[in-house]
Amino acid sequence: MVEIRNGKKVLITPVSAGDLKDIHIGDIIYLDGSLTTCRDVAHRRVVEEGRPLPVEVRDRAILHAGPIIRPLGEDRFEMVSVGPTTSMRMERFEYEFVRETGVRVIVGKGGMKEKTAAACREFGCIHCVIPAGNAVVAAVCVEEILRAEWRDLGMPETLWNCRVREFGPLIVSIDTEGRNFFEEKKIGYNRRKDEQIEAISAQVKFIR
Amino acid sequence: MASDAMVQKMTDMMARFIGYTGIILPDDVTAKLKELRAKEDNPLAKVIYDTMFRNQALAEEMRRPSCQDTGAIQFWVRCGTGFPLINDLAGLLRQAVLRATSDTPLRHNAVETFEEYNTGTNTGKDLPTIWWEIVPNRDDCEIYTYMAGGGCTLPGAAMVLMPGEGYEGVTKFVLDRMTSYGLNACPPLLVGVGVATSVETAALLSKKALLWPIGSRNPNERAAKMEKLLEDGINAIGIGPQGMGGRYSVLGVHIENAARHPSAIGVAVNVGCWSHRRGHIIFDRELNCTITTHSGCVL
Repeated sequence: MVEIRNGKKVLITPVSAGDLKDIHIGDIIYLDGSLTTCRDVAHRRVVEEGRPLPVEVRDRAILHAGPIIRPLGEDRFEMVSVGPTTSMRMERFEYEFVRETGVRVIVGKGGMKEKTAAACREFGCIHCVIPAGNAVVAAVCVEEILRAEWRDLGMPETLWNCRVREFGPLIVSIDTEGRNFFEEKKIGYNRRKDEQIEAISAQVKFIR
Repeated sequence: MASDAMVQKMTDMMARFIGYTGIILPDDVTAKLKELRAKEDNPLAKVIYDTMFRNQALAEEMRRPSCQDTGAIQFWVRCGTGFPLINDLAGLLRQAVLRATSDTPLRHNAVETFEEYNTGTNTGKDLPTIWWEIVPNRDDCEIYTYMAGGGCTLPGAAMVLMPGEGYEGVTKFVLDRMTSYGLNACPPLLVGVGVATSVETAALLSKKALLWPIGSRNPNERAAKMEKLLEDGINAIGIGPQGMGGRYSVLGVHIENAARHPSAIGVAVNVGCWSHRRGHIIFDRELNCTITTHSGCVL
């Protein structure tokens, strides 16, 4: 479901494909509801080992992240700091991961590539960036940690299932049309990089 | 021979200092981020900078690590041969990391290689990393601390160029890395470049280059010129904060250099993210300390 709250566009889980169709790359949105941290080894287990994810993420959100958690006793936990990790590491698994799990919103850092863009287009999901390194801003949006699964993976890689409120700002980097903010930006970056290499090279001919 | 009380005292101070550097950015990094924020005009870049400053204020207020990735902790130690705790230093720095990890808290970032399990203590085989410089005829000890997250560790690269590739080759090596890996490394970046003979000499220099104050200039005129050219060049690419576009992409470019073999140019690049959590603390023989990076830090 989508709600406009104090001028903010807020996605509320469960999210449908229809909720995402008017959301485009470069848009800023926020998330309410179920968000589960999920990164390298969890993706590998689902895709390579065929293991079912022990937390329901269908129509919900995952976050590529490894948080700092403080145990509160009695199997309760506090989210101290949480921020995104490099999403590109999950690129090789993400298409199959989305197909298997039905996840609707993927939050991480930096861009992802063709496989993820294909998943976004085919299965109706989006990839968003939460500005990285802002782990306290993100942690205070976590109202409660509901579950912790696959704890054998250690603190960073455990699946921490959270209830979040106005989690963001989330900048949409791949939309349901498969448009890719970073890949479009990169065309300009690479062109200007080549120009700069040429310009600088002309001025550093120190070996003569 | 240092007394147990002194070892304990220095361990406590280092544990607190490490924790502090995970919460509060160095003065020069904060100042540079303020400068860059004021110069950006596109709305997305502004939202990102605003989030950063809100985050740092919350981290300070709530005493929490400002970024969840508190790094696999590294120390660059420049220790006088007469420093009374020289024999205890490696052990006490490890203890300090253990303490800071539970007290701050820091993330458990030590995975034993090959066995592939997280130790759960933030320490492991040869981790924390300690690089030693032994300084004759001094009795003080300077310690640079560095928390590099995984994101800004990934772009690191070193290679040996043929001399025919020259400094033009160095330029290409550095800039290629910025557009391939730099986007995901949390720009604006601090870029450290090492120029020497082999991969490890260049690589260590590129790390050392990240420890100097932002905007430091290499004393060699040509190297300093190249720092400025690379800085302007990477900014001109337009990567901006978080790689999402903007007028400024770097906090700075620092080059460290050493003489090279005539047949080889070793080059390495290492980057620090915007949340460049380095610390610099100097202990005298009585363990009085001077902190150059964080003016608000009282241990």
